[in-house]
Amino acid sequence: MTLGSWLAVFVALVLAAELVRALRHRAMRQERWRRFFRHRTTSWGLGILAFLAIVALAAPLIAPFDPNKQLDIVRLKNHAPSWTFLLGTDVLSRDVWSRTVYGARVSLGIGALGALVAVSLGTFVGAIAGYYQRWIDAVLMRGVDVGLALPRIFILLMAVALWDGLPFTALVIVIGLTSWFGTSRLVRAEVLSLRQRDFVVAARALGAGSGRVIFRHVLPNAAAPIIVSAALGVGNVLLLEAALSFLGIGIKPPDPTWGNMIADNASSIYSAPWSTLFPGLAISLVVMSLNAVADGVRDALDPHEDAA
Amino acid sequence: MTGGAGGGASWLLRRLVASVAIIFAVVTFVFMLIHVAPGRPCPENVDPAVCDQLTRQFGLDKSIPTQYGLYLLALAHGNLGYSFSDGRPVRTAIAETIPFTLQLAGAALLLDFLLGLGLGIYQAGRVNRLPDLIIGNATLFIYSLPTFWLALLLLLVFGEKLGWFPVGGSNDPVLCPSVDSLYCVVDRFWHLVLPAATLGLVGAAGTARFQRAAMLEVATQDYVRTARAKGVPERRVVLRHQLRNALLSFITRFGLAFPFLLTGAVLIETIFAWPGMGRLAFEAILSRDYPLVTATALVASTVVVAGNLLADILVGIADPRLRVRASAEVEVVTA
Repeated sequence: MTLGSWLAVFVALVLAAELVRALRHRAMRQERWRRFFRHRTTSWGLGILAFLAIVALAAPLIAPFDPNKQLDIVRLKNHAPSWTFLLGTDVLSRDVWSRTVYGARVSLGIGALGALVAVSLGTFVGAIAGYYQRWIDAVLMRGVDVGLALPRIFILLMAVALWDGLPFTALVIVIGLTSWFGTSRLVRAEVLSLRQRDFVVAARALGAGSGRVIFRHVLPNAAAPIIVSAALGVGNVLLLEAALSFLGIGIKPPDPTWGNMIADNASSIYSAPWSTLFPGLAISLVVMSLNAVADGVRDALDPHEDAA
Repeated sequence: MTGGAGGGASWLLRRLVASVAIIFAVVTFVFMLIHVAPGRPCPENVDPAVCDQLTRQFGLDKSIPTQYGLYLLALAHGNLGYSFSDGRPVRTAIAETIPFTLQLAGAALLLDFLLGLGLGIYQAGRVNRLPDLIIGNATLFIYSLPTFWLALLLLLVFGEKLGWFPVGGSNDPVLCPSVDSLYCVVDRFWHLVLPAATLGLVGAAGTARFQRAAMLEVATQDYVRTARAKGVPERRVVLRHQLRNALLSFITRFGLAFPFLLTGAVLIETIFAWPGMGRLAFEAILSRDYPLVTATALVASTVVVAGNLLADILVGIADPRLRVRASAEVEVVTA
C-alpha cells in the first residue's frame, strides 16, 4: 500500500460517511424515512454500499498495483498480508487488495445491472398482467409459472458453458432474463389491489390513458416492494455471478471478479487462506448490507409492525 | 365453482394438469436451448470423421423439430435416452445419483427447519433484547454468505485444520465401497456432515429471519391479544396461538426451499465431490451430454413443481379460509 492509496481509502470512507449523514439529516423531516433510518444496521449497510461504490469507481486511485500484473512469481507468490500487500498476494503473485478493488467493478456492476434488467422486466410484465387482466394476465402468468419452475442454475450454466466465453453484457442480460419471475408476481399482486383503489378509478374516469395510469398512478404506489426486491435482487445476482465464476465459467480471467478470485485460489486455501477469504468477505459484506437496507425499506413501509 | 370436497378435487386435478404442462414446457425449453447452442458433443481432440459418425449415431444430423419429436416419442415410452459420454441409459445414471442428492437435501432440510424454526421462535419471544439482536445479526451474516465460500471455510477449519471430518466424497473407498454394515452407515453420515451443514446453515439463517417476522406479524392480531387478556399462559400463547398461525406462511416457504436446495446442490456437490444429481448435471452440461442434461432438467423442474403443489395442498388443509379465496381467484381469471 502506498501513501496515496491510504489517502484515497480515507477520502472514500469520509465521503461515504458524509453521504449517509446527509441522507439521514434530510430523512428526519419525513416520518416514513425516519423509520427507514431507525435501525443502526440500515445506516451501516447504506454506508458500506456507498463506500464500496466509491471504491469501485475510483479503483485506479485506491489500488496500488495493476490487478493483473504478476509481481514476482518466484518470491512474491502467496505472500502473507503485510503493509505493502495489505491482503497478501495470490497464487500468481498478484496483489489481492488491488484485485479485490478492481473486482468490485465487475462484481458490483453485474449485480446492479443484472438486477436492473430483472426488476425492470419483472415490473413491466407484472404491471401489464395485473392491469389488463383477462387473457393477457393468464398468458403472462402461465409463462411466469414455467419460469419459476426452470432450474435457473442449469439454464445459466448451459448458457454460459455452451456459448463459450460470454461477454460481460451478455452475461448481465442472461442473468437478468432468468431472474425476473418472482418480481413480476409481486408487482402483479400489488397492481391488482391498487387498480381497484379510488385514486386509480378517478384517474381513469378523468380520461387518463392506460400508460399514464400505470406509470403515474399505479407503479409509484407499488414502489416499496419493487425497491425491496431490487435490493435483494442485486445481492442474488452477485451471488449467482460469484457461483458461476467459481465453477470456472463466468467472467474470463485474468480480469478479477470476487467469484473467480475465490475459484483461482481455492486450491491454495490451506497454505494461503487470505486470497480466498477476503473476496468472500467482500461478497458477504455487500449482500449483508443490501439485506440490511432491504430490511430498512420494508420496515419503513410496513406501518403495523411497530414492535420490531 | 364452490368450496367443499368436489371443488377441492377439481382444483387438485386442475393443478395437476397445470403442473404437467409446466414440466413439459421446461423440458421443451431446455431441449431447444441445448440444441441451438453452438458446438457439438465431441471432445476437442477427436478426429472430425469420428465426430461426424458420432453425430449421425446420436441422430444429431436430423433437424431439430425431428429430434424433438423423436425425443418426446421416447419420453412417452418412459425412455430417457442414452448418455453420450458413456452410453449408459440416462435413467440408470439418474437413478444412481438421486439417492445421494436426497440424502444431502434431506439432511440439509432437517437442519434448516429445526434450527431455523427454533431460532426464529426464540427470537420472536425476546424482540429487540440482547439475544434477539445477537442471533439477528448472526443470521443476517450467515444468510449473506456465498454457500460455496462457506463450504471452503468449513473444509479449511473442520476438514483440514482440525481433521474432524473427511474433505470429500460420500464414503471411505477402501473400508466402505458400499453401504452394507453399521460401520458404513456411520461412515456415510460422517461424510455427510460438512456438505449438509453448509447447505443447512445458510438455509436455517433464512428460515430464522423468515419465522421471526412471521411470528411478529401474528403477534399483533386480535386473537393473540384476546388469548393473553383472558390469562392464557405465555408459553401456550406462543405455541398454540402464535406459532400455529405463523406456520401457515412457513408451509409456503417449505415449498420454495426445493429450488434453493437444487441450486446449492450443484455447487456443494461439486466442492465436496458428492456423487449426486447436481454434480451429474454440471458435468453433463460441460460435456454436452444432451439427453442427460434434458433429463436432469426434467427431474429438477418436477421437484420444484411438486414442492409448490405440496405446499399449496398443505396450506389448503391447514387453512380453510384459503380454499374459498383460491376458488374466488379462479373465477376472476376465467370470468
